[in-house]
Amino acid sequence: MNMDLAQHAVRFNSRLLNSTGGQIQSSATLPLRTDEHVVGVRKVVREHALELKLSLVEQTKLVTAASELARNTIKYGGGGMVLAQTLSDGVRRGLRLVFADDGPGIVDIEQALRDGFTSGGGLGLGLGGAKRLVDEFDIDSRGGEGTAVAIIKWKR
Amino acid sequence: MERIPILRIGDLLLVTIQVDMHDRLAMTLQDDLTERIVSDSAKGVLIDISALDLVDSFIGRMISNTAAMARVLDAQTVLVGMQPAVAITLVELGLTLPGVKTALNVEKGMALLGKSYLR
Repeated sequence: MNMDLAQHAVRFNSRLLNSTGGQIQSSATLPLRTDEHVVGVRKVVREHALELKLSLVEQTKLVTAASELARNTIKYGGGGMVLAQTLSDGVRRGLRLVFADDGPGIVDIEQALRDGFTSGGGLGLGLGGAKRLVDEFDIDSRGGEGTAVAIIKWKR
Repeated sequence: MERIPILRIGDLLLVTIQVDMHDRLAMTLQDDLTERIVSDSAKGVLIDISALDLVDSFIGRMISNTAAMARVLDAQTVLVGMQPAVAITLVELGLTLPGVKTALNVEKGMALLGKSYLR
């Protein structure tokens, strides 16, 4: 299941995965099924952020974005996984997170990214808000197949 | 079941959140606080988040909702101790917690609540 989803995430986000040109230094996946998993993702992302020596503000932004996207994967995608990869392009290092689910997909991505739009009774800040908190953001969603969201934060 | 403790000081309720809350725990706290406002006839609620290194949209919404529920139950809520990095992230996320009074620390929060109903 995890492996399937990992491939799914990579397939969905091949554009972002290829466009950055960074070498992958390490790669790990975490499940996203329960509320506790969201807390687990925050913890792991915080550890990576510390290891990258991100400033406290940048750490907080990255962990918050991860928390929003992890919750979306569970709440709207019916659960899935997150792939965490540390990157290096020779000059700088970064962290890429890919959130993938096999859920119903997002019909109108532009609408979903707009602040205040929600289909599930939330505040509608998760997706657009997460995008503002990171350096790179990409989303791929297909009706009936699932959604994958990739974000990258670089250490400046 | 896991719970965040609520302390009573006079007619104030004090909550110090010291763990990274998952969503159910945040909802339980909202429910517990609302019930305690009524059962303790509390006039003020202080929520201390100085130990929290993250407030995302869910926790932010829980805080806003708690303040709104307290208000209709005749109690004031003050959120205290937010870390600067959390404040920067919250605003960038788009969450400005309208209607929630804030203070820099517990002492200032208590002073604020005191002024609003003690005279």
